[in-house]
Amino acid sequence: MPRILELPASEIVRKVKVQEISVEEYISECFERIRTADPKIHAFLTLTEDYALMRAREIDSRIRRGEKVGSLAGVAVAVKDNICTMGVRTTCASKMLESFIPIYDATVIERLKAQDAVIVGKTNMDEFAMGSSTEQSAFGPTLNPYDLERVPGGSSGGSAASVASFEATVSLGSDTGGSVRCPASFCGVVGLKPTYGLVSRYGLIAFANSLEQISPIGRTVADVATVMDCISGHDSRDSTSVNTGPTSLRSHLIEDVSGIRLGVPKELFGEGTEEAVSKGVWNAINRLIGLGATCEEVSLHSLKYALASYYIIAMSEASSNLARYDGLRYGFRLEDDDCDWSEAYSRNRREGFGPEVKRRIMLGTYALSAGYYNQYYLRAQRVRTLIRQELSRVFKNFDLLASPTMPILPYRLGEKLRDPLEMYMCDVDTVTANLAGIPAVSIPCSSHQGLPIGVQFMAPPFREDLLIRVSYTLEKNLELDLKPAV
Amino acid sequence: MHVETVPELKVKIGLEVHCQLTNLKSKLFCSCSADYRDSEPNTHICPVCMGMPGTLPVLNRKAVEDAIMIALALNMQVSSRTLFYRKNYFYPDMPKNFQISQYDRAGGVPIAKDGYVTIDGGRKVRISRLQLEEDPGKLVYEGTIETSKATLVDYNRAGVALAEIVTEPDITSPREARIFLQKLRSILEHLGVSSGELEGSMRCDANISIEGGTRVEVKNISSFKEVERALNFEMTRQRSLIRKGLRIGRETRHWDELRRVTVTLRVKEEEEDYRYFPEPDLVPILISREDVERLRASMPELPDSRKRRLMEQYGISMQNAEVLTDNKALAEFFEACAANYSRPDLLSNWIVGDLLSYLYDMGLELRETKLTPQHMVGMLRLIDDGTISGKIGKEVLKEIMVTGEAPENVVKARGLIRISDREYLERLTDRVFEENPKAVKDALKDEKAVRFLVGQLMKLTEGKADPQLANILVRNRLKASAGK
Ligand SMILES: [Zn+2]
Repeated sequence: MPRILELPASEIVRKVKVQEISVEEYISECFERIRTADPKIHAFLTLTEDYALMRAREIDSRIRRGEKVGSLAGVAVAVKDNICTMGVRTTCASKMLESFIPIYDATVIERLKAQDAVIVGKTNMDEFAMGSSTEQSAFGPTLNPYDLERVPGGSSGGSAASVASFEATVSLGSDTGGSVRCPASFCGVVGLKPTYGLVSRYGLIAFANSLEQISPIGRTVADVATVMDCISGHDSRDSTSVNTGPTSLRSHLIEDVSGIRLGVPKELFGEGTEEAVSKGVWNAINRLIGLGATCEEVSLHSLKYALASYYIIAMSEASSNLARYDGLRYGFRLEDDDCDWSEAYSRNRREGFGPEVKRRIMLGTYALSAGYYNQYYLRAQRVRTLIRQELSRVFKNFDLLASPTMPILPYRLGEKLRDPLEMYMCDVDTVTANLAGIPAVSIPCSSHQGLPIGVQFMAPPFREDLLIRVSYTLEKNLELDLKPAV
Repeated sequence: MHVETVPELKVKIGLEVHCQLTNLKSKLFCSCSADYRDSEPNTHICPVCMGMPGTLPVLNRKAVEDAIMIALALNMQVSSRTLFYRKNYFYPDMPKNFQISQYDRAGGVPIAKDGYVTIDGGRKVRISRLQLEEDPGKLVYEGTIETSKATLVDYNRAGVALAEIVTEPDITSPREARIFLQKLRSILEHLGVSSGELEGSMRCDANISIEGGTRVEVKNISSFKEVERALNFEMTRQRSLIRKGLRIGRETRHWDELRRVTVTLRVKEEEEDYRYFPEPDLVPILISREDVERLRASMPELPDSRKRRLMEQYGISMQNAEVLTDNKALAEFFEACAANYSRPDLLSNWIVGDLLSYLYDMGLELRETKLTPQHMVGMLRLIDDGTISGKIGKEVLKEIMVTGEAPENVVKARGLIRISDREYLERLTDRVFEENPKAVKDALKDEKAVRFLVGQLMKLTEGKADPQLANILVRNRLKASAGK
């Protein structure tokens, strides 16, 4: 594998700007790598090779002419297939949207393009981001680059796996309840879920609007910071977008954690946590203590109800968001429509959606129904408020909370498919950040029998800078021996 | 106060009025033009109002300002914080299969609540709620619903801003419902937020119950004109059920405009569950006191104060002032005429009496006629200077409403100028006397026969004879014949 593929984004930008390498060469190498690796891991659903090479040549010629290029000039980006890309099919890994081609770019895509990033393709995911293993894709699962018999995590499994296997330099995923941090942890890469509202959701096909954020994935903390600085900031097309400019996280790539107060919530080291995971995470925490951070165990009682609250809210919102897929205006539609509209809707939805999507639509519909609304949806919202309140109290005494990202190591394909509850349980450590709208990062901290383990840090709203600083310090001070198998 | 003879049990009517905010340039949550009428189907749409995957709504803040103005005009309390909710149900006219609305059940906070509208010189109809929501698209059939091969959908209307105004069941008759709606429309038109003359811009659902009975909802009343008709039908239907000793079930009925009947849509057991929950893609609407006060200060004159002003400024009667201000176009027309005419009381009688009844007969709105204030005043001046009689004036008015001709031209072209030529009329009187010897004989002792002879003279001149002169000439001629 050529070394250029292993370089961080900033190095690629530097090299192409000084014409040490052309964007075209580098992008061609990416597609060579995809041709070798992707038949094994299936990270991509759609490749945009012609477009990417055309863009590459265009950026090259601007550089040769001495014109200004963007902060991500030439960098290969893989994009989760629930983020709309103009003219490029965007499927949500669902039969329902198999042939859907948006006529608009998501705001994040516009911003990436404006900084001359090159989109190489659309990545696999759990259908409509509903899952934690990328096994629920209508187009077949993605496999973990570290062990092809294991899942890459999900739902942004393709985005994490493509970066872990050097098919792309960075990628975008979306994180609704851990959908970026989970696969980042399982694939040994860095994933940052921003504060709710910091990155525009315009063009992100909704699963659970009040919880999700588009989130960058990279092999280094610096790469994640670079992408965040490009995609963040206010967008008038998203009413929930906060009124701030873009972040400047690259200026927080500082190797210094002295005085940082870490809280370690007991509830996030629950009984389902595998020992290897727990050990790996504590190893990282101890490393930070060695570098000047302080640490204290803390208990957050409301977190016990986080998972239940999360699933009720997510499914409720999903049941409404996905109502629009009826086959009338776009998307999957059965040819035989000699029936009334309501029957046609039922047939299209029956055929177009996979089993997990249908399960969540039904559960969400139930939770919002008259007579159950108070008992489920409203109560879940109350728990959400409690969690926010408890967290804001805890953040008076701590700068960050540390925990495992995933309680378990990457598991084998099919292992958790039979029991949806078992699958849902895996999100127990990640959903809190989404419920509270706070930023959280997962970075590799250890490995066990060749499988990566991730540590998660959560910060108060808009303190991505702290996450970047601590992650960066940890990255510089841990000697990890992580080598993907592909 | 209006008094109606109620021979039977009392009726209670509540209305739910949907008014498009037609003054807005764009739809409620996207930048598509809201002026969709007369456009090709599906040309006023964009990814947002079509609910395409990944798109998000952005609130048109001007719609909130409109709503606040309406709230103030209806004497309502404006909320400081209110939310949009999703109302979930599948229907082909809704691109997202949910409607962004506000929660109208217990616990929901509308943009404004608790106001009233004064009708019929003092009676109050309480307004319980005002909220904003998006209009759905429109189902279109080729030919009629029965013969059309397919149902077509036009999404041009989808996402247009609607203000929903809900009354308490304070309305006591179908006629009063119409009067209330007329007043409401006038208020909205005075505010300049909604133009009721645009087709389908104001629609209404009603609930109606007979004293002691069950509440029945009537949906799909597409215009204010239909409301009285639909409610009359429903009132009669319920009364006859009660007379037969039958129970009225709680249900939702549909007004069939063609057959002019209400038919069952669904009974209570099947009532839809809309699974309301707060719209997560929009943030709460915050309305500050300053916003409200700024809008209050910029409020235009409303029908009630205009009524008082018309009475003071022009000295017209309260009844006329009320009729004029119940219809903004009429009030405007009156004032435009009055600016150039010195007898406003007479003018107001003409507008409220003749003009309004011609409009009613023709089934037209004032703006649909060709009548201008100049021509109205011109016609009145022709009467005042004796060129035409009042009766001819009515004919002229009807004609200039249709043709837009200047009244002087109409009078000239049709030879309607009053005949005051004494010699000519005397010759005609002779003729009348020759042709009606019996009436002449009777007229010596019977006043009725005198009037008959005058009438005959008028008839010969097609009504153009100066009636006073005609009267004098007939009587003179009678005296002359009696003296023989
Ligand atoms: Zn639109």
